[in-house]
Amino acid sequence: MKEFTKLTGLAVPLLRANVDTDAIIPKQFLKSIKRSGFGVNLFDEWRYKDAGFPGQDSASRQPNPDFVLNKPRYAGAQVLIAGENFGCGSSREHAVWALDDYGFRTVIAPGFADIFNNNSFKSGLLPVVLDKHIVEQLGEECEAVEGYSLAIDLQEQTVTTPSNEVFKFEVDEFRKHCLLNGFDDIELTLQQRFRIEEYEVKRRQSAPWLFNTSS
Amino acid sequence: MGVSGMAGKTLYDKVWDAHLVHQQEDGTVLLYIDRHLVHEVTSPQAFEGLQLAGRQPWRTSSMLAVADHNVPTTDRANGIEDPVSRLQIETLDANCEKFGVTEFKMNDLRQGIVHVIGPEQGATLPGMTVVCGDSHTSTHGAFGALAFGIGTSEVEHVMATQTLLQKKSRNMLISVDGQVGPGVTAKDIVLAIIGKIGTAGGNGYTIEFAGEAIQALSMEGRMSVCNMSIEAGARAGMVAVDRTTIEYLKNRPFSPSKEHWEQAEAAWLDLQSDDDAVFDEIVRIDAASIEPQVSWGTSPEMVTSVNGYVPDPQADEFEAKREGYSRALEYMDLAAATPITEIKLDRVFIGSCTNSRIEDLRAAAAVIKERKVATSIKQALVVPGSGLVKQQAEKEGLDKVFLDAGFEWREPGCSMCLAMNADRLEAGERCASTSNRNFEGRQGQGGRTHLVSPAMAAAAAIAGHFVDVRSF
Repeated sequence: MKEFTKLTGLAVPLLRANVDTDAIIPKQFLKSIKRSGFGVNLFDEWRYKDAGFPGQDSASRQPNPDFVLNKPRYAGAQVLIAGENFGCGSSREHAVWALDDYGFRTVIAPGFADIFNNNSFKSGLLPVVLDKHIVEQLGEECEAVEGYSLAIDLQEQTVTTPSNEVFKFEVDEFRKHCLLNGFDDIELTLQQRFRIEEYEVKRRQSAPWLFNTSS
Repeated sequence: MGVSGMAGKTLYDKVWDAHLVHQQEDGTVLLYIDRHLVHEVTSPQAFEGLQLAGRQPWRTSSMLAVADHNVPTTDRANGIEDPVSRLQIETLDANCEKFGVTEFKMNDLRQGIVHVIGPEQGATLPGMTVVCGDSHTSTHGAFGALAFGIGTSEVEHVMATQTLLQKKSRNMLISVDGQVGPGVTAKDIVLAIIGKIGTAGGNGYTIEFAGEAIQALSMEGRMSVCNMSIEAGARAGMVAVDRTTIEYLKNRPFSPSKEHWEQAEAAWLDLQSDDDAVFDEIVRIDAASIEPQVSWGTSPEMVTSVNGYVPDPQADEFEAKREGYSRALEYMDLAAATPITEIKLDRVFIGSCTNSRIEDLRAAAAVIKERKVATSIKQALVVPGSGLVKQQAEKEGLDKVFLDAGFEWREPGCSMCLAMNADRLEAGERCASTSNRNFEGRQGQGGRTHLVSPAMAAAAAIAGHFVDVRSF
């Protein structure tokens, strides 16, 4: 897994509530069998005026100048300031891959949908939960000040604004540990192979039907 | 009852506890996974990861694979026209072959939507942990299983270790008390629940659906309710096991053999919350108050009764939601205060993992019988949930009812629920759909989705606009 420790990055506000994973990466791009290359289609239906499809020449697209990511001042943004229940809907991890591939390293929101939240940690994108009024404040400041950057420190669990205002955030200890070190979850779990094997032996006795194959 | 001095356990607590392999001090749990359902969209990168790391699947007998999202629903004799979709399905076939995973291929009679075929085959059993790289895995909770959607990294984790690293959710009870009126279905119940608690209402919870109205549902109805748990924000929804559950499971291909049946049945009947179980949150809904539902916006919580009106975002009561509501009405091209029954449709879709089972098709056919699809409807589509559902429907003559009325009768798959195949809305088109998500662009870029029950979709196809199926 990609590690996350500290970051100071340009922020961009997208404060709509309930931004779903269909909006983050529309379904036609899920036909890919790769993990990379989704960034160009991030928020495709909002970002472009023409219809998007896989394998298109991105130079031929018509960007929607009104969409926030297309404003030149936000080019190269790494921090997304988002609304409530960000990432709701489908379980597609492609949504996280698309944000990551575009260049985002963290999303700050008042809340995330559960599956999106899980997927983010697995792919090295840090989801930061802050109070709704703080997120709104950051969004307003970001709109008001060109070049507005936020500093995120995972070890300290802080978000720091350009005027040195510091906000603490909560994060699951184990996930923090994995993300700081870029640990491979599967490798960690396989170190407990003996426990899984022991569990299976007991379970085969108490519930043998769970190990049936089709009759 | 729980042990003296301790609170009893919820259904969720029981299934969770039975799958603990190890618990770390911070509460992170290694949870054993019994059943891993696999489809073509969220698995290729997981199989690739497994291969790159030189790993083998831990237990292939836990896996069942099927292609459903991309498959064409028209004649399949010539294969898949779209080369990108074709590659994804060929990749699934190759991976299943290589790793020895049971797969129902596209032309297998048993092929269908992963959340339809799991239960149909008896591959979903009470008390199991069931996962799939698909958020509608919550469907399987209807069997008293703990079932939830996962991302591709977790798909790979389950393949490699048969476990997941998890934190426990909180317990929510949603009790639907009393009986629903005639013409009110499982779909209306769950849409009314989402309307009440909102799309984030269940975030961080596992929901147990209970109450007289839930107990009265068939297994198929319970699946429709649990299916949309995720639309209420909850990764998992569950229903306690009862005789209805057990009767459904008899004689299915993956159900326990004769040798184990009695032991399994005894264990399953304990899969209900103890009387003194404690829930973190309890929501009660009066079943009799639920009317047939129609969504009007771009989130499943934007829903009302068929006899209601499109809300006015400027009304004081919607102050907190004004921006979202205004945006939704603009996208949906609807004016505030429009009666729902005046909304005219372009297309009708009956299908999806929410509503494509035999009872759904029977309910729709009962409304349609001897009537014709309105001439203003461009397309009315029925997509059965599996080859076996299709076969059963044809045995009952339902295909003829649909075809005579002017519906198209298709091959099984996800189809126009998410429009990954050729079935989709054109920009600006409006659809009455029995699916689960009315997000912007969900059924095709610029398309407008209204979520309804199968009977309500059928009635809308005949009338050309929404009608109250109870007086139709």
